[in-house]
Amino acid sequence: MRTKKLDSPGPVIISMVQNIGAPCVPVVKPGDYVQTGQLIADSDSFVSAPVYSSVTGKVLEERFILGINGNLEKTLVIEPEKNEILCEKIAPPVIETRAQLIEAVRKSGLVGLGGAGFPTHVKIGYDSEKFNVDTLIINGAECEPYITSDYREFMENSGDVIKGIKLIMKLCAIPHAIIGIEKNRPIAVKLMRELLETEKNIKVKPLPTNYPQGAEKVLIYNTTRRIVKEGQLPLSEGCLILNVSSVAFIARYAETGIPLISRRITIDGNIVNKPSNYLVPVGMTLGELMKKTDLRLQPDRIIFGGPMMGKSVYDLDTPVCKTTGAVLFFKDMPEYRATSCIRCGKCLRACSMNLMPTEFEKAYEMRDLKRLRKLRVNLCMECGSCSYICPAKRNLTERNKLAKDLLRKEL
Amino acid sequence: MSKFIVEPSPHIRGNNTTDKIMTRVLIALVPALVMSVYIFGIRALYLSIVCVGSCVIFEMLYRRLIKKETEIDPSPAVTGLLLAFCLPVTLPYYMAVIGCFIAIVVVKQLFGGLGQNFANPAITARIVLTLSFTAQMTYWAEPFHYRTGQEALDTVSSATSHGADALSGATPLALAEAGEQVPGLWDLFMGFHGGSFGETSGLALIIGFIFLVLTKVIRSVTPLAFVGTVALGALLAPGESVILHVFSGGLLIGAIFMATDYATTPVSIAGKFVFGVGCGLITLVIRFFSDMPEGVSFAILIMNILTFYIDKITFPKPFGMVRESFVFFKKNKEGKKE
Repeated sequence: MRTKKLDSPGPVIISMVQNIGAPCVPVVKPGDYVQTGQLIADSDSFVSAPVYSSVTGKVLEERFILGINGNLEKTLVIEPEKNEILCEKIAPPVIETRAQLIEAVRKSGLVGLGGAGFPTHVKIGYDSEKFNVDTLIINGAECEPYITSDYREFMENSGDVIKGIKLIMKLCAIPHAIIGIEKNRPIAVKLMRELLETEKNIKVKPLPTNYPQGAEKVLIYNTTRRIVKEGQLPLSEGCLILNVSSVAFIARYAETGIPLISRRITIDGNIVNKPSNYLVPVGMTLGELMKKTDLRLQPDRIIFGGPMMGKSVYDLDTPVCKTTGAVLFFKDMPEYRATSCIRCGKCLRACSMNLMPTEFEKAYEMRDLKRLRKLRVNLCMECGSCSYICPAKRNLTERNKLAKDLLRKEL
Repeated sequence: MSKFIVEPSPHIRGNNTTDKIMTRVLIALVPALVMSVYIFGIRALYLSIVCVGSCVIFEMLYRRLIKKETEIDPSPAVTGLLLAFCLPVTLPYYMAVIGCFIAIVVVKQLFGGLGQNFANPAITARIVLTLSFTAQMTYWAEPFHYRTGQEALDTVSSATSHGADALSGATPLALAEAGEQVPGLWDLFMGFHGGSFGETSGLALIIGFIFLVLTKVIRSVTPLAFVGTVALGALLAPGESVILHVFSGGLLIGAIFMATDYATTPVSIAGKFVFGVGCGLITLVIRFFSDMPEGVSFAILIMNILTFYIDKITFPKPFGMVRESFVFFKKNKEGKKE
């Protein structure tokens, strides 16, 4: 199913916190008239990305909302008008050197579209003297159930994906690239292989369909057999990882100069009649999205992101942000009650980091910081596999998060 | 305003539950139960029902006593059935009930209930019963005695007074030790020999083992390491029969159902291997050098106690972990600074 474009009839709520790093500061005031693609917020900090208006219309107010991460976020509420006017300042950027590429990517407002939302210009702006990066890994291993937005990127914008890869390889002087795609997407693997037949430096690597295949360290190991040491960046192993949608966006931005104002979102769940992908303007609220979705029943739980790592949303005014890859609607999911741990060890074997979630839980209950540190709770990436597999239905991932938080506070 | 459920991720869960796992173990024990009824008569079934029933009742009563939620779950039934399989078919019912009390209340619930006990309840109860009621616990009925028309022993009195009754069949290992004729391979494999009623039939237990491995309830590493070690030991030792050592005594039931008990064995694969080999070695030592009959039981109990330490030394290396080398020196340096 081709991606359909959605427009928001109601006001959009654009959060100033769209990425990991510093929040942005609005550069427009309530009452101002903004055009589509106009800069509305920016920050001086390096680890941040500017925010652009996704609609044409009047800024109604600055509003504080409780974001899905539980923090208070400043937002701009914009009332859209019927006819959309693209901001006249938009022009294709000049990208000839690496510095220009980094500058352009920052200006585009791009953050990692895979879900973590790390500003992409920080990633590609790595210190090339310190890190000898020889492999660009394209993360197309969309491992969470339900989500298909990256898969659609391969299918619909394969040209952009390849252009983006070549651009980054050329300007960052990275000799090799590997595209990792899970084996349950054979059409995407075949398509990319056909398109890249003549390219010797870009390889397509089909990966086993295992969750969490798309996790950074797992992906690096499965594509290059390199192991990222604890506390190190993938760069230290000579790998730069970018999400496939991010790469394709860079190629599109280099051509058109339209900043990141919309993104592809998978809408699915057990009460959605026609699961499909939509191009949704950043800031569209959940309520508006729900009106456009064909739901069988009234949902009782809504998730932003995948079912394994996504966040529960309870407020219909919660806006879609740059990192939202999916919106899932569920009703009457089986509810389980946690029972005693029977030490079956399934969580250990489910953990792709080889950690011991059941031991974390015990150490956390006793607030044993020394043991938590020794067991390397910090390596946990909160993928949710241990909670998923647990036959006693214990909330292991939740404990891991709490334990990590406890360690962070103690430091 | 509609209300939504908010919860930490993950939002979907696997459909495997503790109850399902325990039910699968019960299913895996059914072939052995059927064989035991066939070999030792209907009393094997009655004894199993008594054990399962009293284990479930003890569990419920205890939980009510300490005002914990009383949940009906199949885990005490597993303990009860396993304990029953470790008993001679002639054991008086009240002794079986005492065994169940020891297993459920003393060994399991006093240490915190499901998943918290450090020793296997069934094994420990069997050892306690053997030490308390040695005569009755080592009185082995002859296979198919119920067909001979004679009453299947009115247990206590007959077992003690008759001593070496015509009906009593010693276990193959005891026969071998006494230098007498041991049952043939077929009888050993099918379970047509003396012993605790659930543990004699290798065939039925191996069917259970295959079922448990296929349904991913247990890992095959512990049973294979355990039985493999015993087989290797018997092979290397002069004058010992490998087949006899593998198919007699409680080795198979111990290796398949008790050495794989989650709560009392190591969690990692490496730990499970160490546990299995350790059990095998202790079993060999007891069988070769001791007159005690309970080699497998003591081996598992001793390794249960060591589980904590095995877990400690075999904990899996986290992916990408940098080992703290020369911890000893580091500590000294820090100490000097302070």
